[in-house]
Amino acid sequence: MKKLLKYLDNYKKESILGPLFKLLEAAFELLVPLVMSAIIDQGIAQGDTSYILRMCLLLVALGLVGLICSVTAQYFAAKAAVGFATRLRRALFGHIQTLSYSEMDTVGASTLITRMTSDINQVQNGLNLTLRLLLRSPFVVFGSMVMAFTIDVQAALVFAVVIPVLCVVVFGIMLAGMPLYKKVQKGVDRILGITRENLTGVRVIRAFGREGDETAGFDRENEALTRMQTLVGKISALMNPVTYVIINAGLLAILWQGGISVDTGRLTQGQVVALINYMSQILVELIKMANLIITITKALACAARIQSVFDEKSSLEEEGTLCVRTAEDEMEESKTTYGAEVVFDHVGMTYKNAGAESLTDISFTARPGDTIGIIGGTGSGKTSLVNLIPRFYDVSSGSVTVDGRDVRKLSLEELRSQIGVVPQKARLFAGTIRENLLWGDENADEDRLWGALETAQAREFVEKKEDGLDARVTQGGSNFSGGQRQRLTIARALVRKPRILILDDSASALDFATDAALRRSIRQMKEAPTVFIVSQRTSSIRYADRIIVLDDGRMAGIGTHDELLESCPVYREIYDSQFDNGGTGADERRDQKWEQK
Amino acid sequence: MGAEVKKPAAKHKSQKDTLRKVLHYIRRYWFFLGLSLILAAVTVVLTLYVPVLTGEAVDLILGPGQVDFDGVFSIGATIAVMVAVTSLAQWLMNVCNNKITYNVIRDIRGEAFRRLQVLPLKYIDGHNSGDIVSRVIADVDQFADGLLMGFTQLFSGVLTIVGTLFFMFSIDGWIALVVVCITPVSLLVASFIAGRTFSMFKLQSETRGEQTALIDEMIGGQKVVQAFGYEKKAMERFDEINGRLEKCSLRAIFFSSLTNPCTRFVNSLVYTGVGLTGALAAVSGRLSVGQLSSFLSYANQYTKPFNEISGVVTELQNALACAGRIFELIEEEPQTPDDADAVELADVQGQVEIDHVDFRYRPEAPLIENLNLSVRPGERVALVGPTGCGKTTIINLLMRFYDVNAGEIRVDGVEVRHATRRSLRGNFGMVLQDTWLKAGTIRENIAYARPEATLEEVVEAAKMAHAHGFIRRLPQGYDTVIAEDGGNISQGQKQLLCIARVMLCLPPMLILDEATSSIDTRTELKIQEAFARMMEGRTSFIVAHRLSTIREADVILVMRDGRIVEQGRHEELLRQGGFYAQLYNSQFEQ
Repeated sequence: MKKLLKYLDNYKKESILGPLFKLLEAAFELLVPLVMSAIIDQGIAQGDTSYILRMCLLLVALGLVGLICSVTAQYFAAKAAVGFATRLRRALFGHIQTLSYSEMDTVGASTLITRMTSDINQVQNGLNLTLRLLLRSPFVVFGSMVMAFTIDVQAALVFAVVIPVLCVVVFGIMLAGMPLYKKVQKGVDRILGITRENLTGVRVIRAFGREGDETAGFDRENEALTRMQTLVGKISALMNPVTYVIINAGLLAILWQGGISVDTGRLTQGQVVALINYMSQILVELIKMANLIITITKALACAARIQSVFDEKSSLEEEGTLCVRTAEDEMEESKTTYGAEVVFDHVGMTYKNAGAESLTDISFTARPGDTIGIIGGTGSGKTSLVNLIPRFYDVSSGSVTVDGRDVRKLSLEELRSQIGVVPQKARLFAGTIRENLLWGDENADEDRLWGALETAQAREFVEKKEDGLDARVTQGGSNFSGGQRQRLTIARALVRKPRILILDDSASALDFATDAALRRSIRQMKEAPTVFIVSQRTSSIRYADRIIVLDDGRMAGIGTHDELLESCPVYREIYDSQFDNGGTGADERRDQKWEQK
Repeated sequence: MGAEVKKPAAKHKSQKDTLRKVLHYIRRYWFFLGLSLILAAVTVVLTLYVPVLTGEAVDLILGPGQVDFDGVFSIGATIAVMVAVTSLAQWLMNVCNNKITYNVIRDIRGEAFRRLQVLPLKYIDGHNSGDIVSRVIADVDQFADGLLMGFTQLFSGVLTIVGTLFFMFSIDGWIALVVVCITPVSLLVASFIAGRTFSMFKLQSETRGEQTALIDEMIGGQKVVQAFGYEKKAMERFDEINGRLEKCSLRAIFFSSLTNPCTRFVNSLVYTGVGLTGALAAVSGRLSVGQLSSFLSYANQYTKPFNEISGVVTELQNALACAGRIFELIEEEPQTPDDADAVELADVQGQVEIDHVDFRYRPEAPLIENLNLSVRPGERVALVGPTGCGKTTIINLLMRFYDVNAGEIRVDGVEVRHATRRSLRGNFGMVLQDTWLKAGTIRENIAYARPEATLEEVVEAAKMAHAHGFIRRLPQGYDTVIAEDGGNISQGQKQLLCIARVMLCLPPMLILDEATSSIDTRTELKIQEAFARMMEGRTSFIVAHRLSTIREADVILVMRDGRIVEQGRHEELLRQGGFYAQLYNSQFEQ
């Protein structure tokens, strides 16, 4: 929380004035019993009606001043809390954006989203309440004690005993309850887990006829939860009765003590009434404070979770500044090639928190304009390999160079602007088709957009849309089919005229014909990029200039299709399994076709 | 719109209905409920009587030499006893309330879960599982909160108001009247502010929703955002919404936070009013100072339950809404129970006949019409067709997850609707692509169908499924716990475990779903081998993706758009020159 407090810096004034006005209000409130006691002792005792009237007017005035102070305090507190939350949200969003793939993998997007939304809201509420009440309640409690002392030291000693006892009891019960509350929460989580599991596995459970056992398991957890809840209930139900007893014991003591003092003439009847009033004020404030502390504890837990996101630093080492291509390079090379040269030199890569290497000793050179196919089983490291090129992750040994320059020495923005990535998961954003395509290059004109759509085999269905490029895309692109989404994400990558194009299994939802047409049209692009195609299927990469075969993070072979069939057993195994024991390759195509029809 | 307009009345009625059902659940705990009500009454009456006694004690402390110590002592003793009784009653009341609430929601939760076990698959398939889970968990919790609050505050709140009025009127009618007249102002102020701030809160929650949607998209799609260098743009969009949110949040929070100071001001007016009239009455001798002191503490107490009750009412309404959603689930029509004279299928040979079967998920969309198929024991049936063409529909019918609309499915001559579901399903071994495993150890999962199986049997099944190798390499072997999402083992390994699960019991008929692409080649070969071993001599229905499987099948069912368009052997279908042949030949178009 401490570190987060810097976002309150702009609101120093508000966060001091807020509690201050609250204290003022409390101070006025503390005067009320005194005035009442004056009414009793002076007004009633002497039958002075006009004095009573004046004192009552004073009471109204006190109330009014209190109202004004309190409204001012609420305003400052709200302003500080909301402003704080706004700054914090902005900073957190900015910070999350700098996190690299590795942190995103470990933390998870859904966690980050909760941190940004509900956690920050909790902190805002906590701060708002804290500014309003944290000083006020103790002030009223101790103020009451002080006021009691000004009335009579002997009677006030009762307060000096009652207040600490009350504090110990209230906070003791709270502290005892807190770990139990956590247990209850765990119980609820278990029930939730069982319910979810039963819904997702309903077919298997019924197929094996295990409904009865599942219900028995649920009942066990349900019963355990109920027992825990009842226990917690019993403990927290102690709070009110116990405080009630203590306060009333205090009251009795004051009555007795007051009686003695009044008898000897040290105190008046009105003053006894004032003491009694102070005692009941303390009770009200202590209960408020207990609630406040619960809220603050929750807010602090949220703040700690938010802080842990801030503590998560991007694992990419210092960003370089070099440009991929200098102006001279441009002059020199523009006539020959557009695509970039990519070289992997003995590259090894280990994911954060993972024991073993995910890529080991990968070396190859992709010449400008080459098409490189990458194939291998799940978990063999295909995606890891291509993710190293735009520097989504850093290598742990060896180096990746683009046009002869180590990617770690390049400016990230510059590097990524040269690369068109089409990730496995075809993700579009809410907006229009045009807005989505402009992600590739903000300044792209109409022709370029249509050109990219054409190459991506998406022109036809976009043209058929009533609004063409301005057709709506719902969140996640759910109003397009899987295949259409994939083609749009490919077009988005093409819009930026990439010098390196990475297709990470991104044609999986396309039928064979479209897939082939797509690959043909990419080959025929005027400004031909260096292309990396990741696939599970040999048919997609068969015609690549070179194919890299990965097996468990190592290169099991590199070469053309024919070379690999000769020399690489892993490749042959994959090929055979897909082409039905050396058959015509027809099955695989037909399977693809059938999946797509 | 018409429906919208009608809603309030319907809502009101359904709320009453829900309340009745809630009371039905509470009725089981009538003893605790009655006890709780009695204790609440005791608590309130005693709590209210204490200030009267305190006032009387104050009246015995008049001035120097005028203190009646014996009187003060006896009143003090009475107060002490009352306080002791009150606090005990209060604690017991809370315990009763907790007991009722938590038992009621345990019953409701249990009921909901039991219902889930007998709901037709149609319901579960048709509803988002997150929504169902949130009914069983979040709604029940919210309901509990509301119920508990209702118990503890509503009844005692009402009693407090009535009691306070009674005591005040019994002391002095005129002053009581002053209190009664001023108090509603506090309620008016509160509701006025609530009404005004409602639209501000609405705007706030809308803006918040807008921001969450953006955060969701940008953080969920962060990899794309970074790949395309969209960070700055995203920040700009975020800032714009964030700025608007700041403004409307400030308004909403500030204006709503006025409620408290304003009601407190009104309360202080009540206090002053009591002070003024009380003091004047005291001057004229109608009231003693002690009585004035009791009045003052009533004035403080009287306004509190009003604010609380208005809070409780909203909370209760919310709780009823939640309860309504749970009851919707609990009252959902269960699947038709097994016939009383249903047959237990035993020693099944595996003869399956599908006889003039019609089936549709939705009444207006016919899917399967007049399907006829006869499968002899040990034959293989391949289901082929594009994704989403309804191959799982056949599985649904065979397993009786859904019932046919017309016609019959017979296993060994017994109509499946005349057999118990349990015995029918027990005769099918099912391996789906959706590899569901239970949170628990590997051993528990393999032994899912037969929890009493010995470790040797489990290992044997795992060996046959080619799963033994990887299980042995896991740190805890067969006792390795599979996490809730199964994150610690790969997709292919999960599939092998699912196969092992069926291997352990090996029923006479099989339903298999061939893996598509998400599994690596080597594991897939193992799965194929395991499948082949299982199918020997068993009637099998296979959702097929591989030509080898399809060619070897005794019957191929070709499906398209949820219908079976062709059926026969590979060669026959090719000769027919229909959809199958078209699919098969389409490769040559390239």
